[in-house]
Amino acid sequence: MPRIREEAVLPRRASYGWALILLAVAPLTAQIQNQPDDGQWPMAAKNYASTRYSTLGQVNRDNVTSLKLAWSFSTGTTHGNEAAPLVVSNTLYVVTPFPNDLYALDLTKPGAPMKWVYEPNPSPSSQGVACCDTVNRGAAYWNGKIIYNTLDVQTVAVDANTGKEVWRTKLGDINLGESITMAPLVAKGIVLVGNSGGEFGVRGWLCGLDAETGKIKWRAYGTGPDKDVLIGPNFKPFYAKDRGTDLGMKTWPGQAWKIGGATAWSWISYDQALDLFYYGTSNPGPWNPEQRPGDNKWGSSLFARRPETGEAIWAYQISPHDIHDYDAVNENILLDLAINGSQRKVLAHPDRDGYLYLMDRATGEVISAQTFGYVNTSEGVDLKSGLIKMNPTKQTGYNTVRDACPAPPGVKDWTPSAFSPKTGLIYIPHNNLCYESQAVQANYIAGTPFVGMNVRMYAGPGGNRGVFSAWDPVQAKTIWSINEAFPVWSGALATAGDVVFYGTMEGWFKAVDAQTGRPLWQFKTGSGIIGQPVAYKGPDGKEYIAILSGVGGWSGGVVSGGLNAVDGTGALGFLNAMSDLGKYTTKGGMLYVFSLP
Amino acid sequence: MKLTTVRNASGLAICFVVIACQRQHQDIRPSPTQLAIYGDAAKEDALRPGGPVSPQPTVNNPYNASAYDISEGQRLYNWYNCSGCHANGGGGIGPPLIKQHWIYGGEPANIFDTIVKGRPNGMPAWGGRIPEYQVWEIVAYIRSMNGEQPRSATASRADMIQPSPQTLVNRTNDQTK
Repeated sequence: MPRIREEAVLPRRASYGWALILLAVAPLTAQIQNQPDDGQWPMAAKNYASTRYSTLGQVNRDNVTSLKLAWSFSTGTTHGNEAAPLVVSNTLYVVTPFPNDLYALDLTKPGAPMKWVYEPNPSPSSQGVACCDTVNRGAAYWNGKIIYNTLDVQTVAVDANTGKEVWRTKLGDINLGESITMAPLVAKGIVLVGNSGGEFGVRGWLCGLDAETGKIKWRAYGTGPDKDVLIGPNFKPFYAKDRGTDLGMKTWPGQAWKIGGATAWSWISYDQALDLFYYGTSNPGPWNPEQRPGDNKWGSSLFARRPETGEAIWAYQISPHDIHDYDAVNENILLDLAINGSQRKVLAHPDRDGYLYLMDRATGEVISAQTFGYVNTSEGVDLKSGLIKMNPTKQTGYNTVRDACPAPPGVKDWTPSAFSPKTGLIYIPHNNLCYESQAVQANYIAGTPFVGMNVRMYAGPGGNRGVFSAWDPVQAKTIWSINEAFPVWSGALATAGDVVFYGTMEGWFKAVDAQTGRPLWQFKTGSGIIGQPVAYKGPDGKEYIAILSGVGGWSGGVVSGGLNAVDGTGALGFLNAMSDLGKYTTKGGMLYVFSLP
Repeated sequence: MKLTTVRNASGLAICFVVIACQRQHQDIRPSPTQLAIYGDAAKEDALRPGGPVSPQPTVNNPYNASAYDISEGQRLYNWYNCSGCHANGGGGIGPPLIKQHWIYGGEPANIFDTIVKGRPNGMPAWGGRIPEYQVWEIVAYIRSMNGEQPRSATASRADMIQPSPQTLVNRTNDQTK
């Protein structure tokens, strides 16, 4: 096994009593390298390093077969339930899809009764600018507040004890096609929030808000002149291809950067020692690449920035002039790995384009980039130049392109991976999809889709549409994988019990052996699972595993949105691959919580 | 013999002209069509408080039957980004338009009304943005996806990746067999 130290998780402080741990709630989010695991789950990705690893080991590979349903809770919604529940101070918080209600459940009482519900009442019209179902990926806890985003482009902070609104900030405009679905991250008292709308011709941005007041401190755009992208003298991209002045403007035709996407709709990680946070931008818009010759910076790029100012320190454009909707928004897991004999501070980024990028997170250098699924749209990443070599026969445009793999959702979409320092493996929920496409001219009409691509997706080689695999980041190869009929659209959870959890779109919640992938246990929930599993220590000292069930999202829209698969181009082409989902599951959001008897 | 050929040919030509009449029919536009739908015609609910009332007036789509109107409707459906949300009828961001159950009514007047006024759960209000005759053409195209326009006026050949209305109708019929 490779020598791996995971910086977010220190040795368990076994001598700490539960009560003491509770007292430690306030400084909980203060540190990363010394971020102890106290058995809570304060942010969607568990910790700043985004490992989704719990040091709880009560549920282990030997006894997980006895895992039983402890209690459940209906979210009262029938759209995609993608959120990670939070657990702080014996309270479980869960955000629903639109209308984005926030429920607080009391874990100290049998059945976890509701403490309160907060209803932000977002504009119903915002449902019309949500590209891929009206989902919400969760909240973040900070200093007595639960902070999260609403579909109609607002960030709200709610008192974690009382459910009273502390502040509310409007960040954008649904009439420009903007929305928010991501879970915010709070670093150094700054709430980091990015917009969605890469399919609506929005101009992408990421904002830093004061966590106490909600005041916007800075906004870093994904396109435009350097001053708007917050690129200054300290900006030092590793590769020459990403250096230059005002590239966010000059790599676009005319004014196209103003409607060029590059949103920040997904995950953010934070390294306290380097004081850098990491996130990726969405595809450039429109999908039709013939309407935007050029590299289209900073679409499909990774950024490292300072939380207090938003200032960019480095950037790496993964897909210059993206032609396949390969957003670079997937999670960045921050690890310290021994590579070729030296300890490196890296980030692991499993991208839509099918490569797992292992990068030096201080400099933005790509250490390795190997495929973790079937890819024919490109032929490798040159580590010298940082450039991906695209396959010219899969060049999309007004011509018809067939058998391009991966499809627009990528080998992997937003579905977050987990990392176990015990096994040294990254557990990746992902897809096996190919597609055919043909562009049509997209007209920009503010507040409406700006796509211009007819797409039909279908299963990749082997016929399975989903895969759950374990990846060794040092050897850069897959250790084991499990094929699933449908795309694996849930997150992953790894625990010290050497068990890994994920869910399937048929509704099975599964536990597998972290070393071997051997199936250990499964439970059939009421609807397909696209949520993020979490583990927490209850007030009774027991370990609990929680997961939201409730199919939907881009892949599950055929069920949650009642779409008609007669037209395979529906749901941006995903319908073609998902026409049979309705035979396996129905819609309906429900939280399931499991424990040993 | 030559004469016979000519006669046969002309007979055939006349035949084609007659068949093709419906496809080539075009209305002179834009003519302001009736706005009765803003009155009573676009009711969406079968519940009528106070008991049955007199039958509601029927609003016919003045751009209803010709292949030209339907193909124009298809062009405009893409042009105004209807396809961005509803795809080629299967839906995505918005609900599908190939369906048995319409949220806001499936009669031409209902669909016209939905496009012009918008709906509160995300359907934009296009009134004042799209000329009225074009809205009617889009309505005709949407109805054609459901086999509710004359088959003779509905394109049967797919525009490559984009499925044709007749393809969709055939697939729907296959599914319900």
